[in-house]
Amino acid sequence: MNTEQHNTQETDNVTIRFTGDSGDGMQLVGTLFSDTAALLGNDISTFPDYPSEIRAPQGTISGVSGFQVHFGQKKIYTPGDYADVLVAMNPAALKANLKWAKQGATIIVDADTFSERNLQKAEYITNPLEDGSLRGYNVIAAPISSQTQKTLADTALDNKSILRCKNMFALGITYCIFNRPLDFTNSYFEEKFAKYPELISANKRVLREGYIYAENTHALPSTHIAPANIEKGRYRTINGNTATAWGLMAAAEKANLPLFLGSYPITPASDILQELACHKNLRVRTFQAEDEIAGICTAIGASYAGSLAITSTSGPGLALKTEAIGLAVMMEIPLVIVNVQRGGPSTGLPTKTEQADLMQAIYGRNGEAPCIVIAASTPSNCFDYAFMAAKLTLEHMTPVILLTDGFLANGSSPWKIKKMAELQNITHRIVTEKTSNATAFERTDETLARNWVLPGTPELMHRIGSLEKDFVTGQASHAPANHQKMVSLRQEKVDRVSQVIPELYVHGDASGDLLVVGWGGTYGHLISAVERLRNQGKKVSLAHFNYIHPLPKNTAEVFAKFKKIIVCELNMGQFANYLRMKMQDFTYEQYNKVQGLPFTVEEITEACSKHV
Amino acid sequence: MTKSYTAKELKSSVGVKWCAGCGDHAILNALQKAIPETGVVHENIAIVSGIGCSSRLPYYMETYGMHTIHGRASAIASGLKSANQNLQVWQITGDGDCLAIGGNHFIHAIRRNIDINIILFNNEIYGLTKGQYSPTSKKGQITKTSPYGTIEQPFNPGALTIGAQGTFFARAIDVDIALVSNIFVQAAKHKGTSVIEILQNCVIFNNGAHGYITDREEKENRQILLEHGKPMIFGKNRDKGIVLNGLDLQVVTIGENGITEKDILVHDAHMQNPIIHLALINMKAPDFPVAVGIIRDVNAETYESLLLAQENEQIEKSSITCMDELFMHGNTYEIV
Repeated sequence: MNTEQHNTQETDNVTIRFTGDSGDGMQLVGTLFSDTAALLGNDISTFPDYPSEIRAPQGTISGVSGFQVHFGQKKIYTPGDYADVLVAMNPAALKANLKWAKQGATIIVDADTFSERNLQKAEYITNPLEDGSLRGYNVIAAPISSQTQKTLADTALDNKSILRCKNMFALGITYCIFNRPLDFTNSYFEEKFAKYPELISANKRVLREGYIYAENTHALPSTHIAPANIEKGRYRTINGNTATAWGLMAAAEKANLPLFLGSYPITPASDILQELACHKNLRVRTFQAEDEIAGICTAIGASYAGSLAITSTSGPGLALKTEAIGLAVMMEIPLVIVNVQRGGPSTGLPTKTEQADLMQAIYGRNGEAPCIVIAASTPSNCFDYAFMAAKLTLEHMTPVILLTDGFLANGSSPWKIKKMAELQNITHRIVTEKTSNATAFERTDETLARNWVLPGTPELMHRIGSLEKDFVTGQASHAPANHQKMVSLRQEKVDRVSQVIPELYVHGDASGDLLVVGWGGTYGHLISAVERLRNQGKKVSLAHFNYIHPLPKNTAEVFAKFKKIIVCELNMGQFANYLRMKMQDFTYEQYNKVQGLPFTVEEITEACSKHV
Repeated sequence: MTKSYTAKELKSSVGVKWCAGCGDHAILNALQKAIPETGVVHENIAIVSGIGCSSRLPYYMETYGMHTIHGRASAIASGLKSANQNLQVWQITGDGDCLAIGGNHFIHAIRRNIDINIILFNNEIYGLTKGQYSPTSKKGQITKTSPYGTIEQPFNPGALTIGAQGTFFARAIDVDIALVSNIFVQAAKHKGTSVIEILQNCVIFNNGAHGYITDREEKENRQILLEHGKPMIFGKNRDKGIVLNGLDLQVVTIGENGITEKDILVHDAHMQNPIIHLALINMKAPDFPVAVGIIRDVNAETYESLLLAQENEQIEKSSITCMDELFMHGNTYEIV
């Protein structure tokens, strides 16, 4: 990689990358820094990058965990490609992350950890603090461990507990550099350690010592980042998985239905189950099933009973749920399947992001079994698309697959708090008493959705199942013409959804030389690259898809106005191939990456530049 | 007022398509006879099945019903009951559906003690796929997929139920409609997962699988009906009984070697300790009579009662009553 290319440090936005052993508390300091930035009115975007092992051998490269936050006084779309400040709590963290630091970046290391043994574990032959290899960076080699020990020498804490506070020393240094107040973080300690007053004081003291250390050593001139010019209102910082859970809960409240989640823990989707498990007070029922299949099957049972039923998973789990999704398609019941994509195939890269489950979502079932497929594109709009997934499944009586990914799930961004009254209404199809057209198999002409008749309703008893059913009576039928009719009907139900979803939006001019096409979690990187190209005077626009099956009805119209189309996605070209099938009048260029990492704005800019 | 209904009203308009002579017909009749006696309103009955001959049963019942996918009925029934506690949920399954592909869901439903009633039609063969061995086929049995005899140990569904900490297990012969029907009523009344193993005869692919114990001349000697509170006596002449010898059960003859009726074990279906129940479940021909009746029926908290209790506790405790309040709860900030 050529680091020469990214040496310009913009002053209105900064990226910090906190890295250390997976036990060093880097996710926590990253989150605390982000919260403080958000509370000061900066726009933020964050991205945790952690290994799949919970505690890989200490001091080794495989055990390094990181958290990147990008904040600024302008609109922030991505967690940043490269860091202005790299915090490395040990040699392994430095070794693994130096490639993510901009040329000239500030590098803060815990000098106490650069022992021979640790250098060896990090596979360094010579000490990078001494061998000149960091020339060109602004290195702050702070005695973080020893200063932490000195600060807390007079406490009753044992050495292990003392060293656990050293991440706060590093955080204190960054707070000084960026002129951040300590109050928000201090109040976090008070809440978090309410039962352990000695830990409140220890963490506060170490945080302050770090701050003072940076001040005294004139680590860097203090940098001021003004609040971003973002829409006024009340905000909170939210990650994609929480936003997904809340979007589903909001839909249940709006539809006045109980929420039921049947799920099995799987990285990186478990947080959705964990979050929903906390809200029994809002009549959210979570069922931690014995496996992925039981996760979806309990949800199918709950859907038949009249709950807004959800199952959440990641790629391998979606594969296991395949047959049951077909059952939900066949029974025409409402069901939302949330797939938080990760690197595949098989177990693949459990903690890394990818978009390679698209074909599985659209087509991956036996028989003709169409599902509505939609995708969220930012951590906070996971809320909107989760809500929409629930609305579509309840109104159209067919399952919806919601795609997010590891990048959205764990990344966070500010979320302007919504009011329930602002959200769209949801009109489910529950029938509560017998009337002339009340049977479970009566349909509405508009959407072809059938009625939802719940057990417990007098006089409307019926059987549904996995066998093909007769169009009129709903009873099992093997009649050839009826099967053809029902197969077409189930596809038609999905196709008609294009009439109710928003049209495809073009960021930039409606016509031009190049249309960048993306879908799902790559939005932030693609819009940043397109803005950069447009600032260079290039006629480039972005069409980013949230609705995938069916496609928005103006898709061809949008495509027709550009000389070239390039489809950028984190897979081998699944969406590009889908478009080749669905929109055959166009030629599609591709830019693909499968490294378990998000795009960088830089690589997208470069790839697109070749086409204009 | 609850409207009463009859067995006849539980027959759906769909024609029953099981083979003539299949044990399933009798089980269907017994279920239609039992359900009205449970006192649950007609529209609150829901029947869930997987895949297999037995799993066609929901189509023949004028109730709510789901005929689903292979092996998953326990999970679907668990979700159904968790979402609506007012329903009386029956799961219809066979030895392949329940114990092979569905084995995991079966043991976990039992472990959770969800209040569903699992009727396991055990014919020791795959019928719908035309004659392959199942997880309950006898070791050595010759089938289409075991032309030289199976080399697998069969499952004993009752032992599996006990192993999963089951609270209700009963066994009966398909054609014994009175007993089967009575067990169904008791199973429905039991709070928690009820497992009812019906020894069912497949006339086409495994005819006579249970023939030794159902033999018309010898069945009194080869079966023992267990009734709570009654001594374990059996035999044509009601002179045989079960006693405990050390840790083993033993068949004795009343009047021989000084044995009197007082020495015979009295069946206690309600005792929490499952050791005797397991021993009774494991009794095998020809050394022992095969136990039928309700072998285990003990009280334990159900999944859904704990679920509701937890839910109510949180509703009471929490200051958050709606989404708007949740959105504003905790760390929020104002951009001005």
